[in-house]
Amino acid sequence: MKAAVVVFPGSNCDRDMAVALRAAGADVAMIWHKDATLPDGIDLVAIPGGFSFGDYLRCGAIAARSPICRAVADHAVRGGYVLGVCNGFQVLTETGILPGALLRNAGLTYICRTVPLRVATTASDFTRGYAAGATLDVPIAHHDGNYVADDDTLARLRGEDRVAFTYSENPNGSRGDVAGILSENCRVLGMMPHPERAADAALGGTDGRALFAGLVGALAAA
Amino acid sequence: MKVTVTIMLKDGVLDPQGEAVRHALGALGFDGVSGVRQGKVIELDLADGTDEDTVRAMCERLLANTVIESYAIGMAP
Repeated sequence: MKAAVVVFPGSNCDRDMAVALRAAGADVAMIWHKDATLPDGIDLVAIPGGFSFGDYLRCGAIAARSPICRAVADHAVRGGYVLGVCNGFQVLTETGILPGALLRNAGLTYICRTVPLRVATTASDFTRGYAAGATLDVPIAHHDGNYVADDDTLARLRGEDRVAFTYSENPNGSRGDVAGILSENCRVLGMMPHPERAADAALGGTDGRALFAGLVGALAAA
Repeated sequence: MKVTVTIMLKDGVLDPQGEAVRHALGALGFDGVSGVRQGKVIELDLADGTDEDTVRAMCERLLANTVIESYAIGMAP
């Protein structure tokens, strides 16, 4: 299973993402944002956390218009898998690959702590490794993680079982406690919490590991 | 030519920063501030004769996120 981790100026979770994917058995290539194409045979593109382009204009806005993001959008349209974490989730909403947007946290402060997350669906290759309704401890680290979408969008996400994770204790004002959402084909996941920071017992827990293991397992079998 | 683009959160999108400013104004003794909305202004230096449609395309494709933001274009007379 081949994965690409996109690196923007200001990305800071790119290597953590690569470590988590490799630990799950993926072959990982790091891809610079100026590249206009993905390497051949990529199954999964991961867009990591950080502060791409200094969060100028809006979080993820400049990154979403970079050459590599056109290739990522094409990859998603072809049915390829994409995982966007934190700033990566912001990039995915800015590109329009996922609906909604991420606003400043309701409490206005940057929040960096481990929070309880509920697995809202197991019907995706990202969440198949979890028990339905399981509660996970996963770190968040963001200033703009307040998910907003209009009523219709939220109803559609829920109706189509596309809410992947919800916060058990809403830390940032996200509508519907939404922490992560899936695309229509369930092959694109955007989430604010950092599963790659919960993938090693020595570094803050292992509750994120099943996401990478499930995904790599599903793609390796495909 | 200078063109000014004013970007605001759409009505109905909660603006926690504006709300914090409103509270701070109240704490300073300014009574009767019933609402504050915070946005941003972008000044563009453009080639003379640039038409409004071009500026609108800039807004739609980059300057504003129309999921949550509205924009107003101010062309210099």
